[in-house]
Amino acid sequence: MKNRLLWPVLALVALLVLNVVVTPSFFSLRLQDGHLYGSLIDILRNGAPTLLIALGMTLVIATRGIDLSVGAVAAIAGAVTCTYIASGGDPWIGMGLALLLCAALGLWNGFLVSVLGIQPIIATLVLMTAGRGIAMLITEGQIVTVDSPTYREVGAGFLVLPIAILISLAVLGLVALVTRKTALGLLIESVGVNPAASRLAGVKARTIIWTVYVFAALCAAVAGLMISSNVSAADANNAGLWIEMDAILAVVIGGTSLAGGKYSLTGTLLGALIIQTLTTTVYTIGIAPEITLVFKAVVVIAVCLMQAPIRIRVRQGVPA
Amino acid sequence: MSNSVMSPPAKPSGSSRGLGQVVSKVPSRFLPVIATFVVFVATFGVGSARYEGFASGQVMANLFIDNAFLIVLAVGMTFVILTGGIDLSVGSVVALSTMIAASALQAGWPAWLVVITVLAAGSGLGLAMGWVIHRFGVQPFIVTLAGMFLARGLCFVISVESVSIKNPTFRDVATGTIELPGGVTITYPVVIALVAVIAAVYVLHLTRFGRTVYAVGGSESSARLMGLATTRVKIGVYVISGFCSSLGGLLFSLYMLSGYSLHAVGMELDAIAAVVVGGSLLSGGVGFVIGSVVGVLVLGTIQTLISFEGTLSSWWTKIVIGALLLAFIALQRIIVRRT
Amino acid sequence: MTEPVVDMRGISVEFPGVKALQEVDFRLFPGEVHALMGENGAGKSTLIKALTGVHPLAAGEVRYAGGSVSFGGPAEAQAAGISTVYQEVNLCSNLTVAENILLGREPRKFGRIDGKTMRARAAEMLARIGLHIDPGSVLESHPIAVQQLVAIARAVAVDARVLVLDEPTSSLDVDEVAELFRIIRVLRDEGVAVLFVTHFLEQVYEISDRITVLRNGRLVGEHATATFSRIDLVSAMLGREMGVLEEIERRTGTPGDPLLVAEGLGRKGSVAPFDLEIRSGEVVGLAGLLGSGRTEVARLLFGADKADSGRVLVDGKPVHLRGPRSAIEVGIAFSSEDRKAEGVVADLSVRDNLILAMQAARGWLRPVPRKLADELVAKYMEMLDIRPANPDAVVGTLSGGNQQKVLLARWLVTEPRLLILDEPTRGIDVGAKAQIQKLVADLAAEGMAVVFISAELEEVVRIADRVVVMRDRQKVAELDGGAVGVDDVMALIAGGGGVEKAVAS
Repeated sequence: MKNRLLWPVLALVALLVLNVVVTPSFFSLRLQDGHLYGSLIDILRNGAPTLLIALGMTLVIATRGIDLSVGAVAAIAGAVTCTYIASGGDPWIGMGLALLLCAALGLWNGFLVSVLGIQPIIATLVLMTAGRGIAMLITEGQIVTVDSPTYREVGAGFLVLPIAILISLAVLGLVALVTRKTALGLLIESVGVNPAASRLAGVKARTIIWTVYVFAALCAAVAGLMISSNVSAADANNAGLWIEMDAILAVVIGGTSLAGGKYSLTGTLLGALIIQTLTTTVYTIGIAPEITLVFKAVVVIAVCLMQAPIRIRVRQGVPA
Repeated sequence: MSNSVMSPPAKPSGSSRGLGQVVSKVPSRFLPVIATFVVFVATFGVGSARYEGFASGQVMANLFIDNAFLIVLAVGMTFVILTGGIDLSVGSVVALSTMIAASALQAGWPAWLVVITVLAAGSGLGLAMGWVIHRFGVQPFIVTLAGMFLARGLCFVISVESVSIKNPTFRDVATGTIELPGGVTITYPVVIALVAVIAAVYVLHLTRFGRTVYAVGGSESSARLMGLATTRVKIGVYVISGFCSSLGGLLFSLYMLSGYSLHAVGMELDAIAAVVVGGSLLSGGVGFVIGSVVGVLVLGTIQTLISFEGTLSSWWTKIVIGALLLAFIALQRIIVRRT
Repeated sequence: MTEPVVDMRGISVEFPGVKALQEVDFRLFPGEVHALMGENGAGKSTLIKALTGVHPLAAGEVRYAGGSVSFGGPAEAQAAGISTVYQEVNLCSNLTVAENILLGREPRKFGRIDGKTMRARAAEMLARIGLHIDPGSVLESHPIAVQQLVAIARAVAVDARVLVLDEPTSSLDVDEVAELFRIIRVLRDEGVAVLFVTHFLEQVYEISDRITVLRNGRLVGEHATATFSRIDLVSAMLGREMGVLEEIERRTGTPGDPLLVAEGLGRKGSVAPFDLEIRSGEVVGLAGLLGSGRTEVARLLFGADKADSGRVLVDGKPVHLRGPRSAIEVGIAFSSEDRKAEGVVADLSVRDNLILAMQAARGWLRPVPRKLADELVAKYMEMLDIRPANPDAVVGTLSGGNQQKVLLARWLVTEPRLLILDEPTRGIDVGAKAQIQKLVADLAAEGMAVVFISAELEEVVRIADRVVVMRDRQKVAELDGGAVGVDDVMALIAGGGGVEKAVAS
C-alpha cells in the first residue's frame, strides 16, 4: 500500500522542487481581500475538475470498468445549467436539473455494463460520442453565456480558498467517508478483485456497478458545472474535452490498476496533482504550454513501467 | 446446432438445401457486416428518396474523396482491434504526420523523402507502442493514450501555427483528378486508400501473418500453443496501425494542404466507431476490413445527409453515430449470446 | 515387447514449496492406449507438462524415440511428434475448421495461403479420422465434441507418434465419446501411442491397454488393464491414508426434520437428475472420484449453476434457486473447492473476507458495525485458530489451511442452516484438517445440516451420517452412516459390469 504511493509522491515532490528552483517564490501565498492567492492555490484550483472526475473514475476502475463518457457528461451539465439560466431560470434549479440528468446518464452507462454485460470501454464510448451531440442539442450549437453571480461562484468564487477547491476536497472527503463508513468500498474492491468469489458470497455486483457509474457521472456533472461556471458559459464542444483521459491517467498514476481491485483515493489525489503541477511547471519554466502533452506522455509511460514489473512477476510466480 | 456431423455417413453438402436453409446457414460472423451494408444502403436510399441529385455517382465518389484518410485509418485500426487491442493514438499521429510533412516541405525537402520520413515516423511510433504493450504487459489503452499525448505534443514542438503546403508535387497530387466512366471524378488519395484496403484484405486473408491476427484475437493462448508467431503479430498490428495513421496523415495533408497541430482531433474515435459499426468485435477475432470501409461510408453518408438536410444541425451526426454504435453493440451481444 | 516410444525415468518436478512429482517412471509404447490415472494433485498434468517441456525437470530423464530429449515447450514437442489435446479446446473458434487444423503450416502458393489446397488437405485429415464436416465452416458453429475431434485432427496432422489426450471426454456425451474412441482406435492401429487422461472408469476399461496410477506426485504402479480390477484401481488411486482423527464422537440422537429436499434435480452435461434429502443436524457426505459429479451436485444445491430439471424444497416449500443470493436467503452456504478462483478475495484483509457474505446480504448501505465485525473476527479467529491472528493480514498471504478457515468463518457468521463444503480439507496441513473435521462434527451437533465433499473416502465415511456415492455424473447409491465402510464405498465408486467390455476391446 505505502510502496504503491512511493513513486507518485516522489514524482510530485520532484516537480515541486523543480518549481521552487526555477521560481523561488513558488510556495509563497498571499491574502488579498480575504482571498488566498499563490501558485499552489492555482494548481489546486485548475486541477479541481480533473480531481473530481478522477475520484469517480477511481471507483469505476476499481470494479474493472472504465468510463470514457465523463467529458461529454461534464459538457452536458454545463449546457443544461447555462441554457436554463439563460432562459431566465434560477441557477440553483438549473444546477439541480443538470445533476439529475447526469445521474440518469450514469444509470444508462451502468445499465449497459451491468445488465447487458457490454464491455465498459465500448458501453461508455456510446455516450462519449453521442454526449457532445446531446450537449450541442441543448445549447443549439451556440456557446451559451450567462450572467449569474450565483452560478459564477461555483467555479470562480472564493471563500478564502477558491470554492472549486473546497468543492473537490469536500467530494474527496465525502467519498472517503462513504466508502469507509458504508460497505461500498469493501464491496467495490471485492467485485474488482474476484468477481467469481464475490458472486458466490452473494455480493450484488449489479447494484455496486450501477452505483459507481452513477457516482462517476455525478462527479463529472459537478466538474462540468465548475468548468462552465468559471467562464460563465457553456461550450458544448470544448468543455471537458479529453478530461476523461486526464482522469484515467490520474487514477493510474495514483497506483490503481486498470485491471481493477484495490484502489487508492489518496493515490488519485496525488495523480491529479501531478498532472496539474506538470502543466504548471512546464509553464513556469518557460516551455511552450502546448508541449505539456509530451511530458504527460513521458510521465505515463514512466509510471506504468515502474508498476509493470510487479505485475509480470506476479504472473510468473503462479505455477500453471 | 448440427449434431448430424457425428454420424459417420457423409451427407452431400450443399446440393439439396432449401433457400431458407441457405439463409440460416449464413455464418453469424457475416451478419454484422451484412447489417452494416444494409444500414449503408438504407441511409443512402433515404438520401436518394429525399433529395434530388443525392443518388448520383459523384455523391458516392465524394464519400470516398472526403473520407479517404479515414478509410486508411480504419484499415489500420481493424488490424489492432482484431487482436483485441485498441489504438487511441491514430488521430494525433495524423496531426503529427501533417505537421512533419508541411514543415519538411517548407524546409525544402524533396517530396519523396518527406513521404518516407512521415511513414517511417508513424511506423516507428507504432513499433515503440507495440513493444511496450508486449514487453511490459501494460494495457494498450494506456500505452496508446500516452502515444496520443506524445504525438500531439510533438506537433506543438514542431510548430504551434498552421503550416501551409506549397510544394508543387503535393499540390498536383492533391488537386489532380481521375475521370471515371460516367463523368464521375475521384482524386488520387481515393486510389491510395483503395490500394491500402486491397493490401489489407490480402494480408489479413491470404497471409500467415493475417490469419495469426485473427487467431490471436480468437484466443491468444491457443494461438501460442499452436506455435504461431504471436509476439510478431501483437507488435506488428501496432506498426501497421502506425503506418496507416501516417499514410492517413499524408492523405489528410493533401486534403487540407496544411499541417496543423489541431488537425484530426478526436479522429481516433471516428476510426473506432467505423470499425465497430463495420461489425468488428472490440474483444477481437471477429471483423473484416471491408466492414470497416463500409462503416466509414455509413458515417460519411450520415454526414452528407445531415448537410443536405440543412435544417438538421450538425450535432445530430454525433448523436446518430452514438445510436448506431449502440445498435451494433447490441447486435453483437445478441449474436454472441446465441452461439 | 517393442521399444517404448516415450520412456520417462526418475522424473521429479518441483514448484516453490511443493514437490509436484517425485521420481516417477513412465513408459508409453507405440500402438497402445495408456491411461494415466490419479486424483487431484496426483501429478497427471505435471507429468504431461514435464514431457512436453512446459515444466523443467528437477531430476530424471525423458527419452523419446530412443534418444534423450528436453523440449522447450509444447510447440517444440509437437514438431518432434508429440501432440497434446487439452480438456478445453485449445483452438481458435473464430476461424474455420481447415485453418484450425493447418494454422502455422498452411500450404502456400507464391507466398499467399492457398485456400483451396488447404481445404482439400484438411478434408483429408478429417477423412483419416472419419469426421465428415465442411472444412470451410467456422469452428464455433460446431458442438464442443466436434471441436474436440478437430483438435485431434490437428494434433495428428503432423506425423504424430504420440498423442496426449488430457481429459478430452469431460464434456462429451455417450455418443460423442463413442465417436472419439473410434478415432482413438484408428490411430492406435496406425501405430500411434495414445496417452489418455480421464476420470471415467468405464472409459478406461473400454479403451485403454495399460494403466499407470499416480498419487500425491508418486508412481503407484503400472498395470495391464485386462488384469487390473476396478476395485484395485480405485484403491490405488485413493490410497488408504490413515485417519487424522482416530474417532469422532458419533451423535446418537436422530437427525431433525428434512431441511432441503431435491427432487429430480439435474443439469444437462453436468449431472444426471438425482433425489436427495438433507435433514438438520446431519452430515451428508458426497463421495466419488474427481469429475464424478460431486461438485456439480453441490453447485446445483446452491444455485451457483442453474438446474434445468427438477426442483428444490426448503422446509417443504419449493424454492426457485436463481443464483447464490436466493440460496443464501434461505440459509444455504457454499464453500467452493477452488479456493483461489472462487473463494478468497486475495487482496483484501482477513476481516474483510470474513464479513463479506454477511455484508453482501446486508447491502452496502448497512455496513456491519465495526464493533460487531471485530467481535466476529476475534471469535472466529480463536475458534478456528486462524493464523496469523491478525485481522488486517492480507488473505492472499495466508497458508491454504488458514484461507480455508477464513472461508468457513465467512459462512459461519451468516449462521446458515445448510453448509455445503466442497473439498474443504484439500491441500491443507494435517493440523488444520483435523480442526476442520472437528468443527463440522460440532456444527452438526448444534443442529446445522452439512454437505461434506472430499476426495478422501476415510474422511467422508468417518464424518458423514449418510454417504451419497457418485459415479460418472450419476448418483449411484446412498449409504447409511454408521454401518458404512470405506470398502463398500470404494466398491460402489468402482462400479461393476464393465469388465467384459474391457476384455472385448
